[in-house]
Amino acid sequence: MSIDIETARKVAHLARIAVPEAKLAALAGELSGILSFMEQLNEVDVTGIEPMTSVTPMRLKRRADLVTDGNIQASILKNAPDAREGFFAVPKVVE
Amino acid sequence: MSALNSLTIAAARDALRQREITALALTEACLAAIEGAGALNAFVHHTPDIALAQAKAADARLAAGNAPALCGIPLGIKDLFCTKGVASQAASNILRGFKPEYESTVTQNLWNAGAVMLGKLNMDEFAMGSSNETSCYGNVVNPWRRGNDTTPLTPGGSSGGSAAAVAADLCLGATGTDTGGSIRQPAAFTGIVGIKPTYGRVSRWGVVAFASSLDQAGPMTKTVRDAAIMLGTMASHDAKDSTSADLPVPDFEAALTGDIRGKRIGVPKEYRMEGMPAEIERLWAEGAAMLRDAGAEIVDISLPHTRYALPAYYVVAPAEASSNLARYDGVRYGHRAKLGAGDGITEMYENTRAEGFGPEVQRRIMIGTYVLSAGFYDAYYNRARKVRALIKRDFEQVFAAGIDAILTPATPSAAFGLGEMADASPVEMYLNDVFTVTVNLAGLPGIAVPTGYDSKGLPLGLQLIGRPWAEADLLNHAYVLERAAGFSGKPAKWW
Repeated sequence: MSIDIETARKVAHLARIAVPEAKLAALAGELSGILSFMEQLNEVDVTGIEPMTSVTPMRLKRRADLVTDGNIQASILKNAPDAREGFFAVPKVVE
Repeated sequence: MSALNSLTIAAARDALRQREITALALTEACLAAIEGAGALNAFVHHTPDIALAQAKAADARLAAGNAPALCGIPLGIKDLFCTKGVASQAASNILRGFKPEYESTVTQNLWNAGAVMLGKLNMDEFAMGSSNETSCYGNVVNPWRRGNDTTPLTPGGSSGGSAAAVAADLCLGATGTDTGGSIRQPAAFTGIVGIKPTYGRVSRWGVVAFASSLDQAGPMTKTVRDAAIMLGTMASHDAKDSTSADLPVPDFEAALTGDIRGKRIGVPKEYRMEGMPAEIERLWAEGAAMLRDAGAEIVDISLPHTRYALPAYYVVAPAEASSNLARYDGVRYGHRAKLGAGDGITEMYENTRAEGFGPEVQRRIMIGTYVLSAGFYDAYYNRARKVRALIKRDFEQVFAAGIDAILTPATPSAAFGLGEMADASPVEMYLNDVFTVTVNLAGLPGIAVPTGYDSKGLPLGLQLIGRPWAEADLLNHAYVLERAAGFSGKPAKWW
């Protein structure tokens, strides 16, 4: 599978990474190289094989549905690039 | 006694308990060694105040006869572990300035056992790399050189700072993490021991996530015994990590009996790669002979899906990374790009991530995004997960046939020069993980042990792979290999 510039632009946008127009061709080439390496997987007969979902066969643990933590607003906001009045601040989202 | 910082964990522990040395003197020796080793660029955040306070507390416990497993032992911590109030940025600019408000379970276990934190160690950005050349702090330099040749060499990656720091005696041991070989490959490149435990043995809570179904933390140490001691403290069942195993942690050190008589060691034919250097081939054969001489039976085995491990890994790992790294959006922590006039939230995300992530991380996020996108999910991601199931089954069949451990080379070569792979494609760099990545895909424990040198005098290591949860047995096999190989080399100090 070879990736064209249009696909590279789409992938960069889906990944929310700004890629300058001038670099899209190089990116498309790199991604194509990696994907062609992955094409080897098509040689494997996977008929009847279930995709692996868990590394070790174990049931995920459950716990009581209780609050275990809280009242740490200052800690949560401590590393925020822009925190105001107890909230994370972001650019205007709704016009 | 030789310089305190060159002690093993076991020797230092015994000397501390005999009151022959103090934790303070030991810590000061390490801090001085770190101070003099700027050229290696291994330690990137220094915490001498914490270290000295912890050392004094350790001395008080030792004086009171109340010394836990690692009381007074100075360690380095990979920058991937969150340490409360201390910079933890996964060697990425996107986490510049981030100081966690919490402590990872692994490091908390170490501090509870009396260990001393010397500082944070350099690594590849988000643990994505095999040469420690993707770090926002710059390259780590391997303390080993090719004889008199001064070419700076890679310590391997991603735990390159941990490997260099242990090999250069800047600390007695270090934490590493291993997603595709990131403990074992740098251990082999620097002549030290590194073990990746069974998936679930060590809690991932508070460790910056790369690929959650592959990541495991483990110790990087000077000897197998030290790895056993340190793993015993790092491992625990942790309710904060839902994949953490609710199993008792055995006494790994007590398992080092040196007796492997009657054990069956598999040598997989698929690991004999085309174009494999003769010295790696020889090292491998010598290792098998050492285990045979110790009374083990060497058995030829087959792991038929081995060659598909790397392509499967480079689908699964980036897919999980693209999802895990979606959290770096410039809102809750870390870097946020400056907004231009009229920029909205999408531009904020896109510019923040373009500025904050380095090229290799960007590449893997985009590969992961692509293989998970509508229309390609089945063709790439689901197919890779099926191949992963087959790779795991290969190992299960071999173990069911009575194999106790598997012996392979740890790396396809000795350490290479920094920058030597600059013109290589990403795929060529990925080949460094060819012998280690299968172990992560199957969730098994694997250990790298230094057993010899290449023609230029650089260390080479072998890998032993164990059954799930059989780290104790695996460490004992490694202990036999270590004693038989008698590797005791240290890099000549040039830094």
